[in-house]
Amino acid sequence: MNLHEYQGKEILASFGVRIQRGIVAHNAKEAVAAAKQLTVETGTGWHVIKAQVHAGGRGKGGGVKLAKNLNEVEEIAGSIIGMNLITPQTSAAGKKVHQVLVAEDVYYPGETETSEFYMSVLLNRSTGRNMIMYSTEGGMDIEEVAEKTPHLIYTEEIDPGTGLLAFQARKIAFNLGLSGTAFKEMTKFVAALYTAYVESDSSMFEINPVLKTSDNKIMAVDAKVSIDDNALYRRKQYAEMRDLREENPIEVEAGALGLNYVDLEGNVGCMVNGAGLAMATMDLIKQAGGEPANFLDVGGTADAARVEAAFKIILKDPEVKAILINIFGGIVRCDRVAQGVIDAYKNMGTINVPIIVRLQGTNADIAKELIDNSGLDVQSAVQFQEAADKVKQVLA
Amino acid sequence: MSVLVNKDSKIIVQGFTGSEGTFHAEQMIEYGTNVVGGVTPGKGGQEHLGRPVFNTVLEAVEKVGADTTIIFVPPAFAADAIMEAANAGIKVIITITEGIPVADMVKAADYIKDKDCRLVGPNCPGVITPGEAKVGIMPGFVFKKGTVGIVSKSGTLTYEAADQVVRQGLGITTAIGIGGDPIIGTTTKEAVELLINDPETECVVMIGEIGGQLEADAAQWYKNSGSKKPIVGFIAGETAPAGRTMGHAGAIVGGSDDTAQAKKRIMRECGIHVVDSPAEIGLKVKEVMSK
Repeated sequence: MNLHEYQGKEILASFGVRIQRGIVAHNAKEAVAAAKQLTVETGTGWHVIKAQVHAGGRGKGGGVKLAKNLNEVEEIAGSIIGMNLITPQTSAAGKKVHQVLVAEDVYYPGETETSEFYMSVLLNRSTGRNMIMYSTEGGMDIEEVAEKTPHLIYTEEIDPGTGLLAFQARKIAFNLGLSGTAFKEMTKFVAALYTAYVESDSSMFEINPVLKTSDNKIMAVDAKVSIDDNALYRRKQYAEMRDLREENPIEVEAGALGLNYVDLEGNVGCMVNGAGLAMATMDLIKQAGGEPANFLDVGGTADAARVEAAFKIILKDPEVKAILINIFGGIVRCDRVAQGVIDAYKNMGTINVPIIVRLQGTNADIAKELIDNSGLDVQSAVQFQEAADKVKQVLA
Repeated sequence: MSVLVNKDSKIIVQGFTGSEGTFHAEQMIEYGTNVVGGVTPGKGGQEHLGRPVFNTVLEAVEKVGADTTIIFVPPAFAADAIMEAANAGIKVIITITEGIPVADMVKAADYIKDKDCRLVGPNCPGVITPGEAKVGIMPGFVFKKGTVGIVSKSGTLTYEAADQVVRQGLGITTAIGIGGDPIIGTTTKEAVELLINDPETECVVMIGEIGGQLEADAAQWYKNSGSKKPIVGFIAGETAPAGRTMGHAGAIVGGSDDTAQAKKRIMRECGIHVVDSPAEIGLKVKEVMSK
């Protein structure tokens, strides 16, 4: 589950990680009040107004701006809230901004130059251990750094038995070229960050940039935090942070019905049991000349109610020109799925797109007979290739 | 021969008396699998499906000589069940449970790494050696006995592949569902290695999906092994968008290295017969085995 920057920072701060402080505002008036309060609390003169949406590259899209006085705070907050923010990570339509974070200015001048670093905590899938990935090249697109200067990216893997060790934190601070107060601050920062990662059951932290301020403090200026969905049952306080406005509404609705659905941009909808087979079905649609309109795993129980729910979800997408149902019946009997399809079809009245049903496995023959004799405008197939050929025909 | 499970495996079911455990244990017994008992803490001493229930895995090892377990324990307790089985001396731990927190699996994977055991899964359909033992949730009738080994991250796609192979008049030695989670006990490479080294297996079907490096690692190992046994490969998720999880927690394109296209390219370079269409797995197996 992805969180907003301000939520991620809240979690970090609760584990003692130093953050760039800020207050959330939902309109220009609130933003001005937040700015005043922040000046009292932190002494900051200038303010940074940051759009809170689940997408990276906000600065590039004009969603992060510096305000040098309260008039500018009001003006900038007013223009960012309500805008459709388009960044390299959003769709072409962009994402609507509902709130901004009014944050303190941390790039103030002082005794030393400021510097920016990159740091993330994530699972190394090949070793099954967590690792801290970091770089001297902060504030930049890390994929670009990885491509152009891979030697500037370091990793530190953590033994689950011991947790992060003191020498590892020192190694990170040394590799980032720090000394004196900043060095000590960085070792504390890294230790607190790793504790926060483990204790919050996160699946990803990305702090870009980590800033060394002109007075040698180390802090998280941004925070991209994802919590492990499987662990939300024991992290209820974070589960409550979910912002449904940031998610695709059809996906949210499908999730509530227990369907695993991902909205795509194609023209052939599909309904499949099992994630691997669902992906394979999408690939087959493409090879048949179509484009998959969705990923949809109906899971183990494909009864009439579930099939009907899945139909309704798929048909919400006006681009869908055909639907391919691909069920491999194992424990689930195909004849029951076929009956489910027929019942759902009848309940819904007319479905105005061609439907191809491919049922294979337990009682597949009976299922095909049921479909063929139903009198409905549904084509049946038994072999995977047959289904692909029928998709090709209806698209032609 | 076969790998991981056979007719002599002494199998217990952890989470035996729960609804999932009961349903699938019944199916396994009906298939003829040698289920010697089950474990449900607090229900030790009872009998379930005509088999003894034990409070601990250790008790099952001591009293009925269990060497293999299948875990249906709910996600919050599943990692603990894995560690208990490893601690008790179980050799093959097959974990069906889906949705185990990653942090729990980091701990469990670390705990079992020095123990003499093999974990398969979690979030997998299990392992089947046709005619001998079904230790999983797959429909047994699809898997006819033969000489083709299957390794797969996915459940229904494994059944699909097995069905296609059987329709070509061939059959299966052992099918291993390794699971689609970010942390799994048996990797694609390890499962492929087991099957390549199995004298009865003449061809291996390797089914992967987007995300991670497992298929590339397996392909590299195969190339270096110099084995002459053919491998037929398929990678699901060519049309999956980057950055989105496709059902399986591990099925997500992170960078340019774990796309379906990149994986297929590496597999081809390593001598694997890759099919682009999931409908052509069986045909390709028949073709390479006729050479």
